[in-house]
Amino acid sequence: MPAGKVEGRVECRDVTRMFGEVWARQLVVDGASFVVEAGKLNVMVGPSGCGKSTLINLIAGYEEPTRGEILIDGQRVQGPGRDRLVVFQETALFPWMTSLENVRFGPEVRGISPKESRQEARRLLEKVGLRGFEDKYPSQLSGGMQRRCELARALINQPKIMLMDEPFRGLDAMTRELMQEYLLRLFEETQVTILFVTTELEEAIFLGDRLFIMSAKPTSVKMVLDVDLPRPRDFHVLTSERYAELKQVALEALYEEAVKAFAKGSKAAYDLVEAFGKRVGTGG
Amino acid sequence: MSLANAAKWALVLWTLICVGLGFFRFADTTFPLNPPPGVHGELHIALQAMRAYQYWGAIWIAPAAALFLVWRLRREVDEDSASRRRAVERRQPVATRVRKAVFNVHTLRGALGVLAILIVWQLAQPLGIPIIKRIPPLSEVVSRFFDDRGLFWRDKYWAGWVISLFRIFSGFMLALLIGVPQGLAWGISRTMKAVSFPVFEIFRPIPPLAFLPAAIYLMPTAELSIIFVIFLGAYFTIVINTINGVYNVDKSMQRAALSLGARRGDIFWRIIFPGTLPSIITGATVGMGITWMVLVAAEMIAGRSGIGFLTWESYTAGDIPQVVVGMASMGVGGAICSAVIWRLGVNLTPWRRLF
Repeated sequence: MPAGKVEGRVECRDVTRMFGEVWARQLVVDGASFVVEAGKLNVMVGPSGCGKSTLINLIAGYEEPTRGEILIDGQRVQGPGRDRLVVFQETALFPWMTSLENVRFGPEVRGISPKESRQEARRLLEKVGLRGFEDKYPSQLSGGMQRRCELARALINQPKIMLMDEPFRGLDAMTRELMQEYLLRLFEETQVTILFVTTELEEAIFLGDRLFIMSAKPTSVKMVLDVDLPRPRDFHVLTSERYAELKQVALEALYEEAVKAFAKGSKAAYDLVEAFGKRVGTGG
Repeated sequence: MSLANAAKWALVLWTLICVGLGFFRFADTTFPLNPPPGVHGELHIALQAMRAYQYWGAIWIAPAAALFLVWRLRREVDEDSASRRRAVERRQPVATRVRKAVFNVHTLRGALGVLAILIVWQLAQPLGIPIIKRIPPLSEVVSRFFDDRGLFWRDKYWAGWVISLFRIFSGFMLALLIGVPQGLAWGISRTMKAVSFPVFEIFRPIPPLAFLPAAIYLMPTAELSIIFVIFLGAYFTIVINTINGVYNVDKSMQRAALSLGARRGDIFWRIIFPGTLPSIITGATVGMGITWMVLVAAEMIAGRSGIGFLTWESYTAGDIPQVVVGMASMGVGGAICSAVIWRLGVNLTPWRRLF
C-alpha cells in the first residue's frame, strides 16, 4: 500500500452509548469526541472494563450509538463493512477452515477468483511468517501464530483502518513482545491506520503515535498525548528519557482514573462485607 | 462457494433425499405381503424392501454420478497443490491401510474387553455368579444359532435384518431431513422458534412408544407406523442438538465474517452451518441409539417381521437361547450403525480430530 494515499480517518462526535431499558439506563460511553488520525498508530488506553470494547464495536458498526455520530473519511458508519477490520480479544479464526482458507475468506466472499485469492493469501501468510502452515487448522497453531494468521486475514482485504481490541491479551510475555515488534514493523511497512486498544501503558507508548487516555466508566477521552518517539522503533526506546517522561504524564492521568474505577467496585464489596459481619454478629 | 464444494454438498443432499424418500414406496403396502406361490414369505418381504431401493436408486444414480464427476474434476482446479500433495502422501497400499486399521492397539484393547465379557458369560453358570448364571451360556447360544433349526439357516432371520435396517434407515433419514433444517431455522430465527417451540416442547416428553397406538390408528399401514415411531425417536434429539449447536457458534466469528465482507448467505453456509455440524453429529449419534431401542419395541407390538419381532416370538415360544441370539443381533446392529455415524462425523469435521 503506497504511503501517498492515507485513508481511515475516524471522527467521533459526541458519541454516547447506553445499555438497558429506559428505566434502568447504564451509561457506558458518555459523549466521546476524538479523531483517529489516518496513517497513524492510534492507541486507546484506559482502566479495564471502562467501555473501550464498546467504543470499538460502535466504530466497527456492530452496534449503533445512542447519540452522536461516527464518520470514517467523512462518511457516516452504517453497519459493519470491510473497510474496517476488527481483530478481537479472543481469536476469531474459523476453526473449520485451514489457515489458508481463513485468509482466503475475505476475497472469496467478494467473488474474486480462487486462483488469485490463493496466490494473495499465500503471499500474505508468508509475510506473517506462516509459510508451511497453510494447511493447518487453527487448533494446530500456537497462540502467536493464530494472531499472525488473523493479521494476514485482515490485511488481505486492504482495510482503511484496523481496529484491534486488546489483540495480545492472553499471550505469554515473550510472544507478546515479539508480536508487538512484529506489529510495529508491519505498520511501518504498510502505513495502514490502526486503532489499538490496550490496558497496558508500556505497550501503548511503545507502539503508538497518538495516545487516547480514557476515563473510567462512563467512557470519554480524558487526554490525548502525542508520542514523539522516533520511528522505526525497537526495544531501545524503552530506556530513553523521553519514554520515561511520557510514561510519567500518562501514568498520572491513568492512575486517577484507575483509582476512581477501583473505588466504585471496592465500595460495593466493602458494603457487602459489612452487612455480612452484622448478620453473623461479629464482635458482639 | 466453489463449484466443487457446491457439487459435493448437492450430492450429499440428493443422496439423503433419495434414501429418505425410499419408504414412500411402502405407503400403500403392508408387511408381510401375500407372497407369490413358491416364494418364501420373509424372503419376499426382503426383496420388496430391496426393490424399493432399486427404484430410488435408478432415480438417484444419474444425477449423483454427474455431481460426483463435477466434484472430483473441479476439485483439482479449485484446490491447492498442497492439499493434493497431502492426499497423495496419505495414499498407501490398500493392504497396508487395512492392516493398520485392523491390527492396532485400539482394536486389540476393544477385542480384549469383548473377550472378557464373553468369558464371564461362558463361566457364569459353572461359577454360580448370581443372576448372570441364569443366562444360557455362550456355547449353548452359539450352538442354538447354528443347529439345524437355528436362526442362521432361516430366511426369516436374514430377511429380518434387511427389514429392520430398512426401517431404521427410513425413520432416521427422515428425522435428519426434517430435524436438521428445522433446528437450524429455529436457531437462527427467534420469531419462528417463539411460535412453534412450545408445541415441540409439549410433544417432546411423550415417549415415542406412547405414540405407537395413535400411529397404528392413524397411519395407513403398520409399516408406516413403525417408521413414524422410529422417526420420532431420533427427531427430537436431533432438533434439540441442532438448536444448541447454532447457539454455541461464537458471536465474534459472525462479527468477524461481517467485517470481512460476508453477506447473510455466506454467514449461514460458511459460519453457522459448519459451526453447528459437530452438534448435529452428536445429535445423530444419540438419535441412532434411541432408534434401535424404539425399533424393537415397535416391532414387538406392530410388526410381524424383523429382529425385534423374532426376539419376542422366541420368548413366547420359551426358547431363551434364541432370545439371546436376537438380543446379540440387535446389539451388533446398533454398534455397527453407531460406528458408521461416528466415522461419517469424523470425516465431515476434520478440524476436530487434530487436538
